[in-house]
Amino acid sequence: MTEHLPVLIVVTPLLAAPVSLLLRRGDPVRVWSLLVTWATFGGTVALLSQVLDRGTVSYALGGWAPPLGIEYRVGLANGFVLVAVSFVGAVVLTFDTRAGSSRPTRARRYLYYAAYLLCLAGLLGMAVTGDVFNIFVFLEISSLSSYALISMGEQRRALTAAYSYLIMGTIGATFVLLGIGMLYAMTGTLNLADLAVRLPPVAGSRTTVVAFGFLAVGLSIKMAVFPLHQWLPNAYGFAPPKVSAFLAGTATKVSYWVLVRILFTVFGAGFVFGTLHLERFLIPLSLLGMFVGSLAAIYQDDLRRLLAYSSIAQVGYMTLGISLNNPEGLTGGLVHLFNHGITKSGLFLAVACLAYRLGSFRIDGLAGAGRRAPLAAFAFVVGGLSLIGVPGTAGFVSKWYLVLGALERGWWWLAVMILLSSLLAVAYVWRFVEVAYFREPGQLALGQPRFEPPAMLVPTWCLIGAAVVFGFWTDLTVGIVRPAVELLLRGTL
Amino acid sequence: MESGWAFEGLWIYWAIIALMMTGLYTLIARDNLVKKIIGLNIFQSSAILLYVAFGKVAGGTAPILIEGAPTHGPGAPLYSNPIPHVLMLTAIVVGVATTALALALVVRIQRAYGTVEEDEIVAAELRREIESGHDGGGV
Repeated sequence: MTEHLPVLIVVTPLLAAPVSLLLRRGDPVRVWSLLVTWATFGGTVALLSQVLDRGTVSYALGGWAPPLGIEYRVGLANGFVLVAVSFVGAVVLTFDTRAGSSRPTRARRYLYYAAYLLCLAGLLGMAVTGDVFNIFVFLEISSLSSYALISMGEQRRALTAAYSYLIMGTIGATFVLLGIGMLYAMTGTLNLADLAVRLPPVAGSRTTVVAFGFLAVGLSIKMAVFPLHQWLPNAYGFAPPKVSAFLAGTATKVSYWVLVRILFTVFGAGFVFGTLHLERFLIPLSLLGMFVGSLAAIYQDDLRRLLAYSSIAQVGYMTLGISLNNPEGLTGGLVHLFNHGITKSGLFLAVACLAYRLGSFRIDGLAGAGRRAPLAAFAFVVGGLSLIGVPGTAGFVSKWYLVLGALERGWWWLAVMILLSSLLAVAYVWRFVEVAYFREPGQLALGQPRFEPPAMLVPTWCLIGAAVVFGFWTDLTVGIVRPAVELLLRGTL
Repeated sequence: MESGWAFEGLWIYWAIIALMMTGLYTLIARDNLVKKIIGLNIFQSSAILLYVAFGKVAGGTAPILIEGAPTHGPGAPLYSNPIPHVLMLTAIVVGVATTALALALVVRIQRAYGTVEEDEIVAAELRREIESGHDGGGV
């Protein structure tokens, strides 16, 4: 059983999705999907401890040995990503929007759960697989189900948001497909480890460079790197809050991991930074993303869109981690994947709690939230502190490593930029604090619930609490990522 | 055709690039949501053709084992590479799923807005924002 874990964590949610279609009734489906997601989380944890014990795990799918067969390959780094994704997926699904203002239509709840499970399976598959075409297939599984999930938002703009995400996402995925095709044409293999061996002799050819371009741009669309981010604010802003929480903590993060894996283990840092000088391109884009995203977040009236724009800024920090091309920087980027994932998902859940209690996602509608819904409002503040990167929160740890990475390269101006953009985060978090704590609560609409049920508060605090815990205790984050990064920079998983 | 321009033998790649650009142009230039989906389809087809094109071996036959013929070495029949074709079966399925989902979204957009023209949808949202006095973000 344990030797099949790499495939089980993907197949379990994948097969659970059609089962939930057969169950059809809302409540049994909910119990079923909760069981599946938590079991998947358990599986990823077991897998990571296996990797910690025995080193990289390689699994030949169907018994066909790699490189001809499809290989699932789990090292420290993607074991860590798998745990991060399945943790967020399980906690967010536990969050119960039963009476929330933005639940999916009751009659179709089972479809929502089926799409959620498919999306989770796709994301985990992207992180676990060692086959480049398999990455494309899982990318499309997760993307298609996330378009469906986003379209379940209650406003009609959710439909147009899902449509434009579908167009952008499909362009991105097709770019990835074109890149994979060119790599295959040059090397005749689809296995990532085998590609790494066969690519260097043809690295100088124009096809390889173009393949790299297609892959990098395609994945950048999926992870919303600055100028390719336009789909994100609407998608996260109009999706059901739980879906925003799930996607914000996982979807862009897994694409980031795939980009890291392809950059460092397939093309190799020497080619990407030595020959192509990706950093000359990626550092300005990361900085623009950090500043434009944060500035735009300050001017949002809707908390969900505020968080969405802040995500664009946070993606900037993660790509900055890549472009620093040193152990500290990449550690910062990969740790930020987890730290920002739990923080942002927790924040979206906190917003869902506030909206449930006060009936509004808009900042002006949340006057006195600190008194009306103290636990949810405080969760938002703590999450906000982690976005800013205040010491004692998870966000601080990753930014600390990014600053270290920048200083190690001797780019003190970059360290200053990281700190300056964090100050912008203070501005948008403060907008909420000001309204929630320093304004008199307004008249509540009749029929608003009196308190948030524990089924909403517990998952929210589970994520926000984790963001605090991992601000002090970094054994599980930095402790795992640091050795993984040493391997990545040497071109192995 | 001049050989320096690399047209002969490579014409299929120029055709693929033309198809790709047609698709992308349709995506950018059209306001009609259904036409955008058609553009997306054309764009995806170009990727599929690219795979099929480089899987073809000049003079190669279909990769079916011929009884009695050796599988490698001299005298073995020349086969086309079947793997890109098989990969594209998956990509075609993905393309069909994408199209179906996109069309389903367009049907729902049509029901919600009464139009499938992007500019009219934008105008409808703008009117709503002006009437309600704030941006479309909130409830």
